[in-house]
Amino acid sequence: MSLSLEEVRRIAALARLRLSPEEEERFAGQLSAILDHVRLLEELDVAAVEPMTHALAGEAPALRADLERPGLSAEVAVAAAPERAGTHFKVPRVLE
Amino acid sequence: MALSGFQVVIGCEVHAQLLTRSKIFCGCSTAFGGEPNAHTCPVCLGLPGSLPVLNQRVVEMAVTVGLALGCAVRERSVFARKNYFYPDLPKGYQISQYELPICEGGSVPFAVDGQERVARLTRIHMEEDAGKNVHGVSADGASGVDLNRAGVPLLEIVSEPDLRSADEAVEYVRALRAVLMALGVSDGNMQEGSLRCDANVSVMRQGAERYGTRCEIKNMNSFRFLKAAIEYEARRQVEIVEGGGKVEQETRLFDPDRGETRSMRSKEEAHDYRYFPEPDLPPVVVPAALRERLRAALPELPRARARRYQDALGLSAYDAGVLVADPQVAAWFDRALEAYGAGREAAKKVANWVNGEVARLAHEAGAGPAAWKLTPERLAAVLRMVDRGTLGGPGAKQVVEEVYRTGAEPAAVVEARGLTQVSDEGAVEAVVDQVLLASPVEVERHRSGKKDLTGFFVGRVMRELRGKGNPAVVNALLKKKLGGGS
Amino acid sequence: MTATSGSELAALSARQAGAQIAAREVSSRELTEAALGRIARLDGRLGAFLAVTADRALAAAREADARAARGGRLSELDGVPLAVKDLFLTRGVPTTAGSRILEGWLPPCDATAVERLEAAGAVLLGKLNLDEFAMGSSTENSAYKPCRNPWDLTRTPGGSSGGSAAAVAARLAHGALGTDTGGSIREPAAFCGVVGVKPTYGRVSRFGVVAFASSLDQVGPLARTVEDAALLLGAVAGHDPRDMTSSARPVGDYLAGLEDGARGLRIGVPREWLGDGLEPGTLAAVRAALEAYQRLGATLVEVSLPHSRYGIAAYYIIAPAEASSNLARYDGVRFGLRAGAGGGLREMYAETRQEGFGPEVKRRIMLGTYALSSGYYDAYYLRAQKVRTLVRRDLDQAFERCDLVAGPVAPGVAFRLGERVEDPLRMYLADVFTITANLAALPALSVPCGRDAATGLPVGLQLVGRPFDEATLLRAARALEREVGTFPAPEVA
Repeated sequence: MSLSLEEVRRIAALARLRLSPEEEERFAGQLSAILDHVRLLEELDVAAVEPMTHALAGEAPALRADLERPGLSAEVAVAAAPERAGTHFKVPRVLE
Repeated sequence: MALSGFQVVIGCEVHAQLLTRSKIFCGCSTAFGGEPNAHTCPVCLGLPGSLPVLNQRVVEMAVTVGLALGCAVRERSVFARKNYFYPDLPKGYQISQYELPICEGGSVPFAVDGQERVARLTRIHMEEDAGKNVHGVSADGASGVDLNRAGVPLLEIVSEPDLRSADEAVEYVRALRAVLMALGVSDGNMQEGSLRCDANVSVMRQGAERYGTRCEIKNMNSFRFLKAAIEYEARRQVEIVEGGGKVEQETRLFDPDRGETRSMRSKEEAHDYRYFPEPDLPPVVVPAALRERLRAALPELPRARARRYQDALGLSAYDAGVLVADPQVAAWFDRALEAYGAGREAAKKVANWVNGEVARLAHEAGAGPAAWKLTPERLAAVLRMVDRGTLGGPGAKQVVEEVYRTGAEPAAVVEARGLTQVSDEGAVEAVVDQVLLASPVEVERHRSGKKDLTGFFVGRVMRELRGKGNPAVVNALLKKKLGGGS
Repeated sequence: MTATSGSELAALSARQAGAQIAAREVSSRELTEAALGRIARLDGRLGAFLAVTADRALAAAREADARAARGGRLSELDGVPLAVKDLFLTRGVPTTAGSRILEGWLPPCDATAVERLEAAGAVLLGKLNLDEFAMGSSTENSAYKPCRNPWDLTRTPGGSSGGSAAAVAARLAHGALGTDTGGSIREPAAFCGVVGVKPTYGRVSRFGVVAFASSLDQVGPLARTVEDAALLLGAVAGHDPRDMTSSARPVGDYLAGLEDGARGLRIGVPREWLGDGLEPGTLAAVRAALEAYQRLGATLVEVSLPHSRYGIAAYYIIAPAEASSNLARYDGVRFGLRAGAGGGLREMYAETRQEGFGPEVKRRIMLGTYALSSGYYDAYYLRAQKVRTLVRRDLDQAFERCDLVAGPVAPGVAFRLGERVEDPLRMYLADVFTITANLAALPALSVPCGRDAATGLPVGLQLVGRPFDEATLLRAARALEREVGTFPAPEVA
């Protein structure tokens, strides 16, 4: 199976990755090779198999009681932000 | 709706913020407002390494709503990630439910113009709210992100496309809102956005079998806007179809200032949410025992209450409907009735006050019964004074208004404002006699039948009594003394 | 015997070090200074540490010594110098996940595992090198520097917990924590000649561990000895209310039955695991280990894991899919790197992620995004999850006939730096033996079982156990360790 450059670009856009033309080329080749290997799975008839969506099985974990707990102060919450405006995280203008 | 030859088809997605203390996946406060990002922690900030821990109360509320609406409650439901990038979505995905929601099926009964209708539900699921992008936080035009709301628990209630007019959509949401409020899971506040409604609207030619292409309309934060938006959107779509065009499937925003819906430009790009089961959260298990415990705890629902008001108390469908739309108001009504007295007549009187003067005052103040200084007991006291004739109708209104604002005792208000009504026949009769004696010309004209001057005499008597005469007593005495002139 | 010189102190196992602190034969301060001295001397060549927290470590050591003097030690690990993979959040200490995108980030909280180590009194020396976001099998994908194998500096230490394995093997720390998503503890442990345990999924909290693939990631120890591994695992294992995927099962005493030997154990040997594709030296060492078990009174049982050959394919859908979602939060808004903010929102996302992520991370995000995208979900992700069920079923069936499964960790010994960077698929295929335990959510470990005859490099034996039966795995590993011994300190030249 071979992934087209166009498909690579579509996926990159969806993942918010900017790829250089060389990266697009390289990924198209490498991802195609990996997906080829993945086709091995098609050998198996899994129609009647339940997917293992969760790795911890057989336990119904306790849920959290609805109690308020102190979190971070606004100051600490935004301390690591690359840019801030007051205690807002600052981002380029968001269009509606 | 006047769209001749066309049928509008509507399905609603209602998002209700659940009234929990803490967020759905962390212990942060759900309080509205506050300093930006003051109600946050590593979990709702989406910091690396943080993990969601599900709030038990959210599950209980979701199950309660499902049971109240006749849904099938899944014993095992699964959270899923909905992936997309947006600054107000800290993890780059929203934790929601997708393939296996906690409730499926069920229905919401409602009435339009006295006609009983039912909208079927597709599903109900739990999810987290996003934060808020804020504009104008800095001079350079940049936006700010406040994550105080991120992780606030929401219930999404999705209806089938069973609604056939804007009015039906409005009454559906009204009925659903009343149920959510009665269950104590939502404050029903549409202005603040704790209850939000999106509508999927399409039109088809009358008698057609297939629905038209639908548009999702967002941003309708009142019943009025919901109605206006659907009506506008239906007209827009009919115009397109009649002009030979095709309706594009898209998300549209209602602009309340212009009364229009418009395409959301930023959402133009096709979405591919890449849903998959949330690996950080094990499946949600609702054992039968929990389900039945919640079922047993269900309160009386609005429609049952309205039915009871009509059957047992003789209220009109309208009065009953208005009372139960807000369960706190209905509870207030119940207490007032208890304080005032049993019987249909009493119920009618109390309902008139609650749905009339009290509703007007509450609407002005925009506050719910919990904030009213007028207690049910105080309203009952006012009504008893009216019954005894010591307080007149206009006086009662004044008293209720003052008690509503200040919380004073009604008797004290009556005293302070000198509103005590003169009902003593002897006292009134003396004044009537005096007035008739002083107005021989008018008495003559009235008795001769040339003109009905009852109003003139009442006015005179009332003026003498400084407005405190009991109108019934005054009228009766005048009638007696003037004879059958009119 | 009391250790005195720096290298003698460094040679102590964690448990020995703890015992000597308890006996007041050495101080935590001496041990910590010895470890810091070795790091300063050797790590320039090795590249095991991304950050050394000397001041904090010395402060912690002083407190540990004060407790020892009072007779109020917190645990056997009180005062013992350890280090953690730089995937664990450490409050106020840079946590990079080996990525540029987190450069300079100071977390506001600690990972639960770190919290538990510190509550046990352990002294944290610093943060260990890794493949970026734990994606890799060589630690060459670290955005900061490659880490080298202390046995041969031209070779990789394995990965992604390569820094953890190298530091423990080279005696820079008395033990370490790593994480294992597809073999990231066991493979480097095998390559560096130390013990590495990937516990049952849910045994150790993942809270505060930068996520790679949430349904596969698990925290575990890398240690000089099986005993140390048992001690470290016991210190960090157990339910955590902050991680809903952590198990509520009680944690056993992993040290209690450790010396019970292999007699009576039924050891399953998957016929699919000892076939083609193994380097001869690795095969020989693994076979020798199996024979040793027979001598020790264990029975070998041939079992079959017919779906293990599908493991790589399933894993390289599931792990990248989850990773693509887990790594969406690196968007330049709340923490870490931001680039391209002048050009609008889309520009900021794309530039930040372009600059911040290395090629392997991008590759996996691409792969995972593709596998989850509309129209492909059923064919890839859902199918892979079903195959996961089949892989687990194979093991469940095997455990009807044996107590644990044994086989190789990796097809060969540590490979050379640069050897596989241009061929990701080849790199992935080497995970074939370790991936099974991650997919099946089962406990597994790597214990040194000998040397490759051609290179003299360490070879590890992998043991896979029943759910939450880490105790049997450790007991079996200890029996082998008594037989083949532990590796001495490598000459880091």
